[in-house]
Amino acid sequence: MKTRTIRLRSLSVEAAAVLLALLFLVPFYFLLANSVKPYADILLDASSLPKSLHWDNYKKAFDVMNFMRAFRNSLIITATSIVGLALFGSMAAYRMVRKPSMYNNLLFTLFVAAMVIPFQSIMIPLMKVGSWFHLVNSIPGIWLCYIGFGSSLTIFLYHGFVKSIPAEIEEAAVVDGCSPYGVFWRIVFPLLKPMTMTIIILNSLWIWNDFLLPQLMLGRPSLRTIPLSTFSFFGQYTKQWDLALAALVMGVLPIVVFFLFLQKHIIEGITAGSVKG
Amino acid sequence: MARKWLNAGWMQQIVFTGPATIAFAIIVLLPFVMGMYYSFTNWNGVADTASFVGFDNFRAALTDERFRQSFLFTVKLTAVAVVLTNVLAFLLALLLTQPIRMRGALRTVFFLPNVIGGLLLGFIWQFIFIKGFAAIGSATDWHLFKLPWLGDEQTSFWAIVIVTMWSGAGYLMVIYIAALINVPKELNEAAAIDGATAVQRLRHIVIPLIMPAVTICLFLALSWSFKAFDVILSLTKGGPFNSTESVALNIYTEAFQNNRYGLGTAKAFIFFLIVAAITTIQVRLTKRREVEA
Repeated sequence: MKTRTIRLRSLSVEAAAVLLALLFLVPFYFLLANSVKPYADILLDASSLPKSLHWDNYKKAFDVMNFMRAFRNSLIITATSIVGLALFGSMAAYRMVRKPSMYNNLLFTLFVAAMVIPFQSIMIPLMKVGSWFHLVNSIPGIWLCYIGFGSSLTIFLYHGFVKSIPAEIEEAAVVDGCSPYGVFWRIVFPLLKPMTMTIIILNSLWIWNDFLLPQLMLGRPSLRTIPLSTFSFFGQYTKQWDLALAALVMGVLPIVVFFLFLQKHIIEGITAGSVKG
Repeated sequence: MARKWLNAGWMQQIVFTGPATIAFAIIVLLPFVMGMYYSFTNWNGVADTASFVGFDNFRAALTDERFRQSFLFTVKLTAVAVVLTNVLAFLLALLLTQPIRMRGALRTVFFLPNVIGGLLLGFIWQFIFIKGFAAIGSATDWHLFKLPWLGDEQTSFWAIVIVTMWSGAGYLMVIYIAALINVPKELNEAAAIDGATAVQRLRHIVIPLIMPAVTICLFLALSWSFKAFDVILSLTKGGPFNSTESVALNIYTEAFQNNRYGLGTAKAFIFFLIVAAITTIQVRLTKRREVEA
């Protein structure tokens, strides 16, 4: 009797969860189903399943938004930025933990305090700085921007993690004749791996999807990232839903695939990152 | 012997902290300080000269009707979105910590919207509100789906709330799940034996114990909504009649479309003060309510 009510209860909980999940998936249905319909069919009934698969939309959108170029730009910017952040962030955090001088403590406080600065509140003078240092319309320029903006959270997270690593291991290596840089690179950095995963994941989701900074820094069409080329596409083809939806599917596909492959790490990374943050 | 200076303390300091510090100084600190200066000038962004105008920009910002409206909108959006997204996320987390099948798959589905960037998210929902809802409306004849969702001030506010919830709930859910798993089973069981109902256990045992997660989730949702930009730009462009223009969008328009950089930086500085104040107060308040298990 008791087990039956429990089973009934968990069955209704299950049903509620599945229903909610379906509700969450409805937007994806609309997106996918309509992306393979001819324009007239979308206008006729956006909720029906496509009668046939009209791949032409994808072909056209792929060319118009220059998808491969946008994908390559996004990939280069994201990959180089996360490598830079992981490397420079871990090095800085390591030094700040192991040499807590007054200067380093002040520096750490600055990095952490800057986390409350919203991007929009410094973007205007940033454009001026960008033109001084020739950061505009250049991939190395936007790379530097991501290192600057990302270093606060990255250093904060690494700082907490380095503290949990006993210094004795390093001392042993120094006795064995290892240089300070060797100690970091061969011993400390490998030990930071779990946090490095978290940092790579948090930063790549952010940088891949970022719109405003590239919009300001990368005006040249050949440097457009996926969000930028989607945006300019929508500017040109307002209400051309057949092409627009195909472009959107291609735009979200890379990050969705990235998520599905690495979801275990991503969810762990987010939990770890937010508990500390 | 060339090695000696390479291993010196000051050299190590430069090698280890130098790259991050230089990038941070150029990209964050310098613009921040410059912004404070420019907010007291009439800089137009193009000219190299900018003359000092005292508090004029701040006065202009505070009396700017459109800025005030965007501020009110942002506060309203934040208040509604923070509460609803957290309630939804907490419910999802409760569901997914029950002994049910397909938990992994369900978690994936609820989280999925979050990996899509705000700009593309807004475009996807633009289609759903315009075409998708219309199609559902003509199929079901429900009045709710026949409304001009993005054409009306009231409904476009709720449109933005819906999109915010859809994309944010999964992220917060993950944090709530991690917290709920750590609530000791014995506490709940002991309370159940003493006759506490499920709601009482939730209120007096579970929620106090997961307060750290609540702090984090409120903090995150608060800063997302307060800085809302991408989604609004692609979903409503701030319309209709600027009714859904957020503060971030207002600053952007002021500087890069109206070319009033001085006024823009003043607004941006006010924006910074408010964001910094709210997040600090919020973290303090919720931290006070945390208890140990």
